[in-house]
Amino acid sequence: MPESVDYSPKNPATEDPPIVRRALISIALAFMGLFVFIPVIAVFVQAFSSGVGAYFAAIVDPEARAAIRLTLMTAAIAVPLNVGFGIAASWAIARFDFPGKQTLLTLIDIPFSVSPVISGMLFVLLLGVRAPIGGFLAAHGVRIIFAEPGIVLATIFVTFPLAARELIPIMQAVGSEEEEAAIVLGAGGWQMFFRVTLPNVKWGLLYGMVLCNARAMGEFGAVSVVSGHIRGHTNTMPLYIEILYNDYQFAAAFAVSSLLTLLAIATLIAKRFLERRVVPAKPEQDEITAKVAA
Amino acid sequence: MATKRTNVLPGFNLTLGFTLAYLGIVVLIPLSTIFFKTFTLTWPQFWAAVASPRTIAAYRLSFGASLAGALTNSVFGFIVAWTLVRYEFPGKTLVDVMVDLPFALPTSVAGITLTAIYAGNGWIGRYLAPLGIKVAYAPLGVAVALTFVGLPFVVRTVQPVLEDLDKEYEEAAATLGATRMQTFMLVIAPALIPALLTGFALAFARALGEYGSVVFISGNMPMRTELVPLLIMSKLEQFDYAGATAIAVVMLVVSFLLLLGVNMLQRWSSRRLGEAQDA
Repeated sequence: MPESVDYSPKNPATEDPPIVRRALISIALAFMGLFVFIPVIAVFVQAFSSGVGAYFAAIVDPEARAAIRLTLMTAAIAVPLNVGFGIAASWAIARFDFPGKQTLLTLIDIPFSVSPVISGMLFVLLLGVRAPIGGFLAAHGVRIIFAEPGIVLATIFVTFPLAARELIPIMQAVGSEEEEAAIVLGAGGWQMFFRVTLPNVKWGLLYGMVLCNARAMGEFGAVSVVSGHIRGHTNTMPLYIEILYNDYQFAAAFAVSSLLTLLAIATLIAKRFLERRVVPAKPEQDEITAKVAA
Repeated sequence: MATKRTNVLPGFNLTLGFTLAYLGIVVLIPLSTIFFKTFTLTWPQFWAAVASPRTIAAYRLSFGASLAGALTNSVFGFIVAWTLVRYEFPGKTLVDVMVDLPFALPTSVAGITLTAIYAGNGWIGRYLAPLGIKVAYAPLGVAVALTFVGLPFVVRTVQPVLEDLDKEYEEAAATLGATRMQTFMLVIAPALIPALLTGFALAFARALGEYGSVVFISGNMPMRTELVPLLIMSKLEQFDYAGATAIAVVMLVVSFLLLLGVNMLQRWSSRRLGEAQDA
């Protein structure tokens, strides 16, 4: 019998040979290192390349603060609106049957498949001073494009599907038994919503908010089109980074970038933490039912 | 439909009404303007914009680099998903969390950091420059940035399917005398192909429209490193709205076709999984 035959209980047809395993892990780590870890480390190294003093000076610069303020304000408007939409859409879609539901789901996804540049362009075409609506508003002193309202609108558009896409499957997974019980027992619609629906989907709601917020604060292409690049006035943080970078103020550009990178890392940690609790343990409920039945 | 259950839940009219109104105001009305705007163009105007040599060069680079990025992600994203599901190694949780970084990191940050790394004096660029490999400000840099933005798609579509894949099938194949390679090619791979294709299509679609992470690294030279979204941007900056609209419509149609393809893939994939579970 040849020596090379391995009779260990480890099954060679369901386990990869150690050399394959080691090679694949090395390739995966090298790929992730090259495309994810090195870029993140580079942001922080470059941010501190001119010293800690320069780093903080770049962040507290009045223009930087104006950009941070506008970014926070934009997210503060876009996130609640889209989360509100997510709640309404997920309730209608997960709890009721109606014709055209599949089409509605496809329409909700549209902003995902539109290039950020085109997203911004839609609002320039609709509301720019040369367009009928935009011209009318401009004549009455309301500027939308090349001003803050345009930035907010473009941000709402690009973050539109995020909360809804998270909430619909969660609402479907939770099921409607508890809500039906509440209604049958005489609860009003809002009572049911605040006491049953909201507690059931609260983690999913937070998850949707976190994703929506990250995209709202980080959006660049769409916002770039509608901002018109007016210094210190209509810059969000990503736009301000571009201006600094094109001015060859690299350390300052990376200093502001490091704040957004920290936000991204915080988002990923929150995502990890929330993913496990988005759907209130459905199997447990089945177990309880099984136990009761037994 | 003989016994239709009565739905006791309230709020249907309110929530559907709000959903449709909000969808209309935020998405459908703005989207319709682009098609109305296209109808104001004459046919020669439209053709001049979408088929000029500069636009054709931009299509070629956009499609080529997006394809390169999506293919790179299909190979390496698959390996990342495989190692995350099947193996244990130190730092696995960190790798799993960081896979989503390209979703969470603002594209302008990704753009400047990739450019800094791959420029001639950058961390990686300085070792490639002596070899005559130019990454930043060249088509290769565009492909690198588009690989970055598409990275999570393949991993996150393949990973759950791989997790759900019952080991019993592999054990059955082994019992029947298959080698590991045969098991992989004939049992595992066919189950993963729909997810892999979906991930590929999503990464490709995302790369086609990408702006922020490529604008810095491409150098944005007309005919050479100008991508379609960058071309649209430069037309907008010159107030050539007609030209920008015409090109945008072409890209929108391509995106919608891709979206349709992804939907069909997912339906095919869930049908196949359904069959596998019934069997």
